[in-house]
Order: sequence, then structure tokens, then C-alpha cells
Amino acid sequence: MTALLSILVLVFILVAIWQMVKIFDLTQSGKLAGNNQVANDTDNKINGYLMLGFLIFIYVITIICFVKYGDLPLMSNSASEHGPGLDNLMIISMIVIFFVQTVTQYLLHYFAFKYRGEKGKKAVFFADNNKLEAIWTIIPVIVLAGLIIQGLFTWNNIMNVNLEDDPIVIELYAQQFIWKARYSGADNTLGKANVRLIDIDRANILGIDEADPNAKDDVITSELHLPVGRPVLFKMRSQDVLHSAYMPHFRAQMNCVPGMITQFGFTPTITTVDMRETPEMIDKIQNINKIRVEKSKALVAKGEDALERYEFDYLLLCNKICGKSHYNMQMKIIVETQEEYDAWIKEQKLFKNSLTNN
Amino acid sequence: MSAHADTHDAHDDHGHHHKETFITKYIFSQDHKMIAKQYLITGTIMGVIGVMMSMMMRMQIAWPEEPNVIFKALLGDWAPDGVMDADIYLALVTIHGTIMVFFVLTAGLSGTFSNLLIPLQIGARDMASGFLNMISYWLFFISSVIMVSSFFVEAGPAAAGWTIYPPLSALPMAQGGSGAGMTLWLVSMAIFIASSLLGSLNYVVTVINLRTKGMSMTRLPLTIWAFFVTAIIGVISFPVLLSAALLLIMDRSFGTSFFLSDIFIQGEVLHYQGGSPVLFEHLFWFLGHPEVYIVLLPALGITSEIIATNSRKPIFGYRAMVASILAIAFLSTIVWGHHMFISGMNPFLGSVFTFTTLLIAIPSAVKAFNYITTLWKGNLQMNPAMLFSIGLVSTFITGGLTGIILGDSALDINVHDTYFVVAHFHLVMGISALYGMFAGIYHWFPKMFGRMLNKNLGYIHFWVTAVCAYGVFFPMHFIGMAGLPRRYYTNSNFPLFDDLANANVVISIFALVGGIFQLVFLWNFFSSIFYGKKATQNPWRSNTMEWTTPVEHIHGNWPGEIPHVHRWAYDYSKPGHDDDFVSQIVPLKEGEEELQH
Repeated sequence: MTALLSILVLVFILVAIWQMVKIFDLTQSGKLAGNNQVANDTDNKINGYLMLGFLIFIYVITIICFVKYGDLPLMSNSASEHGPGLDNLMIISMIVIFFVQTVTQYLLHYFAFKYRGEKGKKAVFFADNNKLEAIWTIIPVIVLAGLIIQGLFTWNNIMNVNLEDDPIVIELYAQQFIWKARYSGADNTLGKANVRLIDIDRANILGIDEADPNAKDDVITSELHLPVGRPVLFKMRSQDVLHSAYMPHFRAQMNCVPGMITQFGFTPTITTVDMRETPEMIDKIQNINKIRVEKSKALVAKGEDALERYEFDYLLLCNKICGKSHYNMQMKIIVETQEEYDAWIKEQKLFKNSLTNN
Repeated sequence: MSAHADTHDAHDDHGHHHKETFITKYIFSQDHKMIAKQYLITGTIMGVIGVMMSMMMRMQIAWPEEPNVIFKALLGDWAPDGVMDADIYLALVTIHGTIMVFFVLTAGLSGTFSNLLIPLQIGARDMASGFLNMISYWLFFISSVIMVSSFFVEAGPAAAGWTIYPPLSALPMAQGGSGAGMTLWLVSMAIFIASSLLGSLNYVVTVINLRTKGMSMTRLPLTIWAFFVTAIIGVISFPVLLSAALLLIMDRSFGTSFFLSDIFIQGEVLHYQGGSPVLFEHLFWFLGHPEVYIVLLPALGITSEIIATNSRKPIFGYRAMVASILAIAFLSTIVWGHHMFISGMNPFLGSVFTFTTLLIAIPSAVKAFNYITTLWKGNLQMNPAMLFSIGLVSTFITGGLTGIILGDSALDINVHDTYFVVAHFHLVMGISALYGMFAGIYHWFPKMFGRMLNKNLGYIHFWVTAVCAYGVFFPMHFIGMAGLPRRYYTNSNFPLFDDLANANVVISIFALVGGIFQLVFLWNFFSSIFYGKKATQNPWRSNTMEWTTPVEHIHGNWPGEIPHVHRWAYDYSKPGHDDDFVSQIVPLKEGEEELQH
């Protein structure tokens, strides 16, 4: 309803403006014959000043965005070992971008204002200058070379998983709208698997090869627990369509591709409990809960249930369009101490015990 | 109508003596000027459809799960009680992308202005093959009809995103839209590609063979350079998409396994074995990335022409502009992998594509700086076309700069497929190309229809659009950097993102205002065709050859001999001339030197 009303208001504004233009046109007609739809000095002047105004608008919107949405949860507070390096690169890139953006937008709009046309003025005939062009070819080359080199180091550092660190191997298994995790158990080796082996009747939902001895101690869960400070190597599979395992707080993402195993490794550095207690997170969660309380009031007035209080948890989201419920394909991630993790994994059913016989 | 066609035929030394009927003049026309108008009007209609879809998506994102009369009216059964269905949301995402990228910004932009300007600016009577040109338009028209008709099939239109990655697009059981809707999408695109190839071949041949005497390649206006190179990129890359689409059709309907392997869906194992969806991604983006430049280069070409004309100054660094068009065209074919950093391909390839991708920033930076320098010490005529061109440079810079982040494989890990990407490409290719198209329409409307667009409506159109474009896409970078994934029907299942809901409402309001103000343009456009002020022959006092043709369209463009060209297109405010422009057909004065370029 609000949407409709606002649209109606807009339509009326539109009609009003159109009327005003009509009046403006009428006052002008007769003054200039023929070519009166070509910009004249008044137009140049008005639009020149508007260009200056637009420059200010760009700056203002930049500042507002930084103030309002600039806590940038993805540029600080990362919870993985490679995170700070990546965040650094992001911050450097942002500084370069905002410097160039500020200067070039200034030049563009200021020139548009400064050199607005006037009758009788003549432009400068200036068609070429090799020195200038060389300068603005070489400067981007140098800046980009720096960014490329740092980017490649960061990328290689992230993507090359060092097996000597003895990472815990965990499978992330995607299917339409559900995530599952498979821990490799005491042998730290995942049992062989293929979706052709899926046997729903025997509760072999991930298609694990029952004959493979490595599979016996595998553990399938629907929540992802990770011990803090231990490298993790994720092996990703999908059973139906493309999915993407996106773990924003860990600066981690990789597609899950049917018919193929992809991988991504990282080391979580902050437990869920500790993360909840960082000042940034406390602020963010408070703010979110304030918004939720406001929203709940409206819901209760409509006779619906109020929203629950939100508490922070790491998340794994699906980030590749995968069908109708793509928007709700998520799994909770809990980072905890080694002891807590050990206790938790001990409680889980081993694969060989989870099968039903019939 | 046929009477005046006859009188002009008398002047036409090509000797088209057939009598023109309504059908041959307005429907199955082989005249490039009429075909340009047909492209423009079809593209505009598709644009209206595409923009309406985006507005529905924005309403859904800002006010999810709220009943909305507009949804109820437009979506019918897809919005029971006015609440949008999740399936149709994805369909809107898909068809909006497809329509805007291909039907509006490829066919609508390139089709219109290549057709209109190539013969007129190089001094040719028509395209090399008027017949192929006509076929090209009608194939485009048929594919448009098929694409739109997919909204009327039972399970809905294609809904796998405009990138139609299999297996989602290949398996009807994966989602409703992957049934008949997807078939129609593929058929429509196959026809579209045929149309695009016929058009592109025609453009390339025409530019190479039909230039008038004196029109050397180094005297070509930058518009023609842009259209020419765009057509070459199209000829190189579109066939790859066609083959990908054909292979996908084979997988869908004939049981092959090019892109599919080991799939278990809805309780059964499918027979597919040995294919790879990643192969499809490679094939798709081998077109998909050059496509960005197929969309953008014509807009940049138009901008070069309009900025020079309205600055009353030569375009700065003509040679560098041509070189950067060529460099962009070359690099555009070797950067596609930056869409696939996290697709599961070898990380080493990620390094290679990061390198090539960031290289593209260099010619782009040269172009941006050259535009700014062209404004310097000019005598800027703030016509609506000029405003849109300046706006293009502005959004091209803002949107292009964030490409430094997305092109960097390490940084892409975290912002891939978030709203940051949406903001980036909408600014750098969506809005920029759209501005280029608007600029072209305002500038060449007199050439197309013999009448002027209303400038005051043009000013309103530009300023509201400019403010709204930034209002929509600037904050969008920030919600992307907060990790919000794109293509989510609603974010309400993630309390983590609750603090972004307000930003989404603001963005949607800007989007709705901006969308509605396009009505100003539509009104101006359609009413000026019939009631606009009569145009003079060269209203913008421009150098290029199209303004030496009569205002009334005639078959063959010039009565009598085609004029010869004696200079480049950018002799604006040249010392030694009284006027601040010198048409390309004016011979050099005694002792006057042509600029060495």
C-alpha cells in the first residue's frame, strides 16, 4: 500500500513538472525561431552550475555511505588467518580507488562548470600531447603493477593449501537448499563417495562408498564445528546444481560443482564466543536487535509473532543461484576450542553406525 | 509518400527505381535509416519491459512479503494475493538481465546507431547488403517476441540467471523455469545471435569497402571506429555462445553429457556422466565478457563524438583513443576467467586472468583522461546529449574503478556474487551504456526523425536519472561489502543482514523515482516524432558527414554525387577558420595543414 501511495505521489510530481516545462516552453516560444531546442547561454549556465552541484552530490553520497554503512564488516574483524592480509589489500585498493575517484570526478565536473559555453567564446584547438598521454598511461601501469603483484601473492597464499600443516579434512556437501558437512574422522581421510551410491532407504544420503574402510569413521552433520587455530581443508561436492559455499567472516568462498570436487582451506582464528564479545560485533548486534524490536512492534500489531532476539553466529551461505529457495540455504558455523570440538565430535554418530539396514 | 520517394529516386544514381509501398518502406525496409528506427523502437519497448522488471525486483527487495497491488496486476498468478512468488523473482532477475544486456544494449544500441551512422558517416548510399540488414532486424524482432512470450508458458520463463549455468538450466526438475521457459530462452538467443552476426558482418564489410573518397581509416570518426571494432568482437565471440547454447540444447533434449555429470536430484540418479558445468562457464564467458565491451564501446564511440562536438574542440588524443579501442577489444577476449575465480578452475589460471584483467584498466584510464582533457578550455554546449555524455564518463569512472577490486582474484573471493558486483557492472556497463544510448538519441534524433527533442524535458530527464543512478548504485557497493549475496528473493532469513534493510529501502526509492522519470523521456521521444520542432540540417554544427545530407530522408542518402572527404572529423575551433567547425567535406584551404594523426 505504501508503495502504491508513493508511486501515485511520484506520478503527480511528474505531471506537475511536465506542466511547468510546458509553461517554460510557452514563455520561450516566439523569442527564438527554428533552433530553439539547442542549448543557449542560459542553458549552459544553469547546467554548468548543476554540474558543480552534482559533484557535491557525489561527494556527499560518498560520505553518507561511509558514515552510515562504513563499518564494513568485510574489511575488518576477519576470523581467519589469511583474512587480515586480504583485508589489507582491500583497504589499499579502496584508498587508491577513492583517491582517483575524488580527483577525476572533480576534474570532470569542474571543467564542465568552468568551461560552460558562451556565445562568442572560442575553444582552444588542442588535439594531441604525447607527453600528457604518456604520463597517464604510465601512472596507471605503475599503480596497477603494484596492486597486481600484491594481489597475486595474497591469492597464491590463500589458494595453496599446505598439507604439511596437517589440516582437518571436512567435506561440504551441497544439495538443493541444504548444506551438510562430513568430517573425515580419526584417519583424517574422507571415504570415497559418488552420488550414484546414494541409497535413501539405508540413509546413505551422501553416496558414501560403504566398502571403503576410510568411510567407516566419517561423521555427517548439519552444523559446522571448527576448532580454533587448526587449519581446515574443505572438499566441496554438490549433488544436483551449482552452489557456492560462502563464508564471509572467514573471507572464504568456493563453488560446489556436480561431478567434481573443489577445495578451499583456511584457519579460523576467533571462536564464536570471542567474536560475539568484540566491540564491533556488540555494536552491530545491538543495532540489529534494535531494528528487530521495531519490526516486531509492527508484526505484533498485525497479530503475528514477534521476531526472536538475534545472537551472532558465523554462517555458511549459498552464493550461486540454485533454485527457488536459494535465498534460504544456510548452515551455522561454530568455532570453538579444541576441547569443546573434541567433545562435540565424540557425540556424533559415525557413518557406519548411521546406516539403517533393511 | 510514394510521390516524394519517386522524386528523390530521380536523384539517386544507384537507380532504385522500384515503387515503394507502405510495406517496403516501413516494414520490410532495406534502407538503413528505417532499419535503425526499427531497432530503436523495438529496443525501447524491450527497455521499458526490462526496467519494469527491475522496479518490481526492487519493490520486492525493499518490502518483501508485503502484498503489492502492482505485483497483483502485472504478475497475476505469480503473485497470489499480491505477494511475489520466489520462482518469479528469479525469472525476473534472469529476463531483466537478458533483455537489458542483449536486447536493449546490444541490439537497441549497436543496432540503432551502427545502422544509422555507418553509411551516413563514411559516405555510403546504404549498408553493403540491405537485404541481410533487413533479415537481421527481423530475426531480432522474432527473438524479442519469443523472449517475451516465455512469460506466458505454464511453468514460467527461464529463471537460472542470465548466465544460465547448467545443471540448473539443464534440468527441468531443478526449478520450474528450466522447462519450456528455458527452451524458449535458448531458441530466442540462438535467433538473436544469428541476427547479431548478420548485422556485425554487414557493419564490418561496409566500413571496409564503402568509405567515400578521402575517408581513410585515420579520418574515420571515433563512432565508426567503435562500431567497427564492436562488430569484430561480436563476430569473434557470439558464435561461441551459440555453440554453448546448442550443446546445452543437446544436453537438455537429446541426452548428451557435455555439461552434466553425476547428478542426483529428486530421489533419482540421472544418466549423465563425464561432462562439466565449468566448461559451460568458459564458453559462456568467452562471449560474456567481450559482450560487456560490445555494449560499452558503441556508447564510448557516441560519447567521443558528442563530447568533441559540444566542447567545440577536437577530441583529445585521437590516435590514443583508437589505440585504446583496439587494446580493449584485444584484451576483452582474454579476460573471461575473472568471472570464474572461484568456479573450481585451477588457481593458477586465476593468477593469469587477474593479470590480463587489470591490464584493461590502462586503456580505460586513457579514455577517461582523454575525455576530461577534451573538456578542458572548451566552449561547452550543454545540450542534453552532452549532459548524458559527461554523465557516462562519470559513471564509467565510478563503476570502472571498482573493477580493480573485482578483477583481483584474492579480493574477488569475498565480494564475488554479492551486491558489490551488481553495483559495479550496473554502473560501468549498464548505466554507462544506457547514457550512451540516450546521448545518441538526443544527438541524432533530428537526423532520424527530422525533428528536435524538447531540451527542457531532456534536462529534467538527465538530472533526475543521474541523481537516481548514483542513489541506487553507490550505496549498493556498501551492502555488497557487508556480504549480502545477490539474487536473494528476500534477506529476511538472515538476521545478520537486518541492518541493511533500510539501505535497501532507500535504494529502491531511488530506483522507482528514476524508473518513473523515464516516462519523461518516453513522452518526449514519442511526441517529438510527430510534434517536435522541425530540425535544421546541422543543428549541433557538427563536422561529420551525416549532417550534410538533407533533413528529409532519401533513399541513397545524398542527392547527386557523394561528397568527398578532405579532413578528419574533429576540426573544431581550428585557427584560421571563421566558424568553430569545419565539415569533413570542406577541402583544405591553401596552406592549411591537416593534423598528423
